[in-house]
Amino acid sequence: MARIISQILLLCFAMVSTAMGETGEQLYLDNCSICHGNEGQGGVGIPLALSSFLNQAPDEYIQRTIRYGRPGRVMPAFTHLDDKQIKLISQFVASWRKGPSPVWDETPIKGNPQKGEALYKQYCISCHHAKGQGGQGTGLKFSRPKELPISAPGIGNNGFLHSATDQMIKQVAMHGRKGTPMPSAIRDLGLKESQVDDIVSYLRSLQKPLKSTQQKLDEEPPVLVYDSDYSLKETVANLERAAVGMNFRLIRNQALDYGFVEAEKESTHEEIVFFCNFNFLYEALKLDPRIGMFLPCRITAVERNGKVQVMSINPKRLSHFFNNSELDQACEQMHDTYTSIMEDATL
Amino acid sequence: MKRLLLIILLLVSSHANALVTDQLMMVRSSQSFPETMATLQEAIAQQGYKLSRVQRVDIGLTRSGYQTDKYRIVFFGKTDEVHQLTKQHPDLVPYLPLKIAIFAEGDETLLITANPLAFAKMYPQKDLQRMFQRWYKDVKHILEVVQNAE
Repeated sequence: MARIISQILLLCFAMVSTAMGETGEQLYLDNCSICHGNEGQGGVGIPLALSSFLNQAPDEYIQRTIRYGRPGRVMPAFTHLDDKQIKLISQFVASWRKGPSPVWDETPIKGNPQKGEALYKQYCISCHHAKGQGGQGTGLKFSRPKELPISAPGIGNNGFLHSATDQMIKQVAMHGRKGTPMPSAIRDLGLKESQVDDIVSYLRSLQKPLKSTQQKLDEEPPVLVYDSDYSLKETVANLERAAVGMNFRLIRNQALDYGFVEAEKESTHEEIVFFCNFNFLYEALKLDPRIGMFLPCRITAVERNGKVQVMSINPKRLSHFFNNSELDQACEQMHDTYTSIMEDATL
Repeated sequence: MKRLLLIILLLVSSHANALVTDQLMMVRSSQSFPETMATLQEAIAQQGYKLSRVQRVDIGLTRSGYQTDKYRIVFFGKTDEVHQLTKQHPDLVPYLPLKIAIFAEGDETLLITANPLAFAKMYPQKDLQRMFQRWYKDVKHILEVVQNAE
């Protein structure tokens, strides 16, 4: 026990030592660059080194964004970072800004949210979608046309609303965002300042209290399993037929230990059926290019003591890994598809 | 005590080079896709795992008429472990073997995989916990080797 405690203390000491020497750049590289790029050029995440963004986004906005994330919009809440670390990251991001952080009045705007909703539906909804849920897909390089520099933000997202002040939203609406499709409400759309206030008040009316982001992971089993009354060979044939019937293309069948042992020594008690609907796959990758852990679609038939089962991952359980509500819907669809195929194959 | 060790592993991970959340592990490599793929395969072997197969997702998409950058899935594991788990924990079969998704993003390459510690929550059996911790340590090391390669 004493040895274990001493090892724990050593680990903690190492952690503290690391934390003391950490810089904003290192914290950015460790936590942000994977999605936003090493130089903030964007990728799975939006570009941060965009002058029109940085000139409108105060450091506090960046810090709150890191703290709260964007629920359901890929960007996680970085709950493991403390305030000092978040400040260091925001300072590093701000180093790409030419000039000081913008300062916006914190006073709430008192517009007419009902009028604002009507204006939102007229002028904003085509890009930001209903209730400000934002544009579809993630990032720049894989899931969306590369000529679009930024995905329309989820300006009704609770994480955004808890991060941005009314005045910041107003400034962006009034002046637009250069280098992105965001127009100026005044110059390009011909709105009056009071109408912009109405839109801001409408968006603010969408804000809800911050809730814990505790996922309901435990409610879903990790795997989907069905018993089959058929032999392993018959069950595999049934799976193939059922998958084709659901508009999937069969990719390959293989033993579970394929590639680990010589072909003649492969286990005959498990067989994986790989299949794919390339249109569904393409659409899913557009929603989130990180879904490789789901790929390729597969169902495994397993035989133990004469009893055969078919099993797959549970996409609904894994979808929570990604903080992407659009992907959640696709995973529900995939869950239903796996279920249908396995039910069909084992009837 | 195991729970404490798990928490410490998670805490330590927040100071590592790879981005590690409770569910995912991701790294960005500044190397091109082919170089990163070669480094990944080498790192997997050096860590004592066998690469069983590479699924060429991009090839299937391209053949079906969709435009895509390079996107592959690398499957790997330890032969004895795969056999043992298949027998003793057949409900783990859908997650075997381990895999890492690797895809190009311009001149750079991204790698992503499930955090093995997330499996610990899904499969609370005591005899699996030590293995999930080892997987976590090994996968993290593999990803860091890839990330730090020049």
